[in-house]
Amino acid sequence: MSTPTGPAAKTERLLNLVMCLLYTRRPLPKSRIRDLVPQYGSAASDEAFDRMFERDKDELRELGIPLVTADIGGVWDDEQGYRIDQREYALPEIDFAPDELAVLGLASRVWAHASLAGPAAQAMRKLKAAGIERDADSLVGIEPRLRTSEPGFDPLKNAVVFQQAVEFAYRTAGAGETRVRHVEPWGLASWHGRWYLTGRDTDKDAPRVFRLSRIAGPVTAVGSRGSFSVPEDHRPHEMIRTEVGPQRTGTATVRARAGRGHALRRRALGSRDEGEWSVLEVPYADADTFADEVTGYGADAVVDGPAEVRELVVQRLRGAAAAHARVAP
Amino acid sequence: MRRGRTAESATDRLSRLLTMVPWLVNRPGIDLTEAAAGLGVSEDQLESDLQLLFLCGYGQMPDELIDAQVEGGRVFVTNADAIARPLRLGVDEALTLMVGLRALAAIPGLGERAAVERALAKLEQATGATAAAAARVDVAIDGDVEAALLVDARRAVQEHRRVHLRYLVPSRDEATERDVDPMRVVNLDARWYLEGWCHRAQDTRLFRLDRIESLEVLAADGTPPEQATWRDLDAGTFQPHEDDVLVTVRLEPGAAWVSDYYPVEWVEDGPDGSQVVGLRTADTLWLQRLLWRLGGRGVVLDPPGLGQEVRAGAQAALTAYGEAAGADPGDG
Repeated sequence: MSTPTGPAAKTERLLNLVMCLLYTRRPLPKSRIRDLVPQYGSAASDEAFDRMFERDKDELRELGIPLVTADIGGVWDDEQGYRIDQREYALPEIDFAPDELAVLGLASRVWAHASLAGPAAQAMRKLKAAGIERDADSLVGIEPRLRTSEPGFDPLKNAVVFQQAVEFAYRTAGAGETRVRHVEPWGLASWHGRWYLTGRDTDKDAPRVFRLSRIAGPVTAVGSRGSFSVPEDHRPHEMIRTEVGPQRTGTATVRARAGRGHALRRRALGSRDEGEWSVLEVPYADADTFADEVTGYGADAVVDGPAEVRELVVQRLRGAAAAHARVAP
Repeated sequence: MRRGRTAESATDRLSRLLTMVPWLVNRPGIDLTEAAAGLGVSEDQLESDLQLLFLCGYGQMPDELIDAQVEGGRVFVTNADAIARPLRLGVDEALTLMVGLRALAAIPGLGERAAVERALAKLEQATGATAAAAARVDVAIDGDVEAALLVDARRAVQEHRRVHLRYLVPSRDEATERDVDPMRVVNLDARWYLEGWCHRAQDTRLFRLDRIESLEVLAADGTPPEQATWRDLDAGTFQPHEDDVLVTVRLEPGAAWVSDYYPVEWVEDGPDGSQVVGLRTADTLWLQRLLWRLGGRGVVLDPPGLGQEVRAGAQAALTAYGEAAGADPGDG
């Protein structure tokens, strides 16, 4: 019913191979496998069969199927036999309680809109293969979602898992110049909705954090698997928080016009009214970020201090006014 | 599950079949439509898979082959003992569940924390070495949210209760009052949202939890009207309309991040790292606020009227600071 070559025939061949290697109690020699799996019959020669069988073995192992080789020869020959150990192959029976299955289902659905949606759904199908549908419905109403829209996500995830060095072109934050980086990837983390790679920049010989959205072009694996080790105490989030997170903190005095500056009022530690203005004491983590926020209120919010923040806002407003004076007719 | 347009490879299909067989063996006589939905494939695909399985076995004698058939719309798979258990979880499979569980454990006020811990422990035991690799992928479903607010919003969804919100609209710097029939609580890009039917707007709206000043769960029934439909959030929370204003902005190299953050219609890269971007928006006020913040590193090219408004607003603000409004940088 299927053509002897083509992908369907190959799936048939691999499935037959898996089944006969799982079924057998003792390792099967290649000659016996060739008899049992009818699709090998179409191999034109012994050499063609050997090549096909070698490739098939590799592909099964790539899928995580524990195909083992054993010496089955007599005293004078060294013939190899093959089998798959059922205990190594099969997912162990895990008895999940209904509430555990419910949180697992939710954990799987976190990925439903990301590049790993397929493996996440497949994993749940495996866990629920035993049949009893008792996935409690207690987790309705909540829907955490992850996105992996950055093209670099999948190759970097593999590089992190298999400990393989990578190279990619990277755009720096300030000047926007793009340079090729060589990195031993330690971890991948989503923080404030963005994906970051942590690792050792081998050109600089120093730990670095990279934002996936600044990677320009493809990510290429350059090392072999397991070619470096990740520091024992490495915690991706902690490193990202330190490198990317806010550096300084303070409290600013901000005047907001009556009925304006709602988000500032919410965070204010103290507030008093002066005519049409409210004087707010607003804590901030980073002077630049805070200056950005206050600048957004235009004439409705004015920083009285510290001078550093006030100056940052005034600079922004001057820059915006000047830039638009040039283009506006 | 949505598969890409690319054809499924022979090994991908094998992997899928090795999961499908135990799933079907344990559900004898399951309805074909239900099985296809549960397995995440089309009915045609499932039938073609069953035909392929029918030809496979640990040998080629009839009693050595899998028996796979559809009878009266019901699916039966038997005589597949060799592959009656699913293959162990692959690296990506184990990783998605573990990273997902750890992310859930960090959600404030999630009552199921004990179940998460137990599921994680069982999973780690079953996956061994993969667990160590999965620990290097780390997800924080953060978003500054008060646990009590998240718990109340979720309870309102579960119990179909209407809520009264005092909600901040930062782009207009306004606090608004509205009644909402809640539909779901979603976390997207590290922000929590309540999606629901807003009686004030007479439409479905997404409310950011960190902008909800107060949420009161009312006694009234909060079942959303029939016309309330979930928004497709794959494209993000911001969905422009055709009749929105098209604005062209030039971004200096240091402001190129803007096109990462905001949904732009198109981007033209300049040789010096600058960009010209086009974006559609119904409300230009947020864009003015953004352009003030950019301090001249972003300039409106079109429409010219918007550029004048940006300038006038910046000058008014400088006056409020007691700075000479007309001065160019360096003159003051």
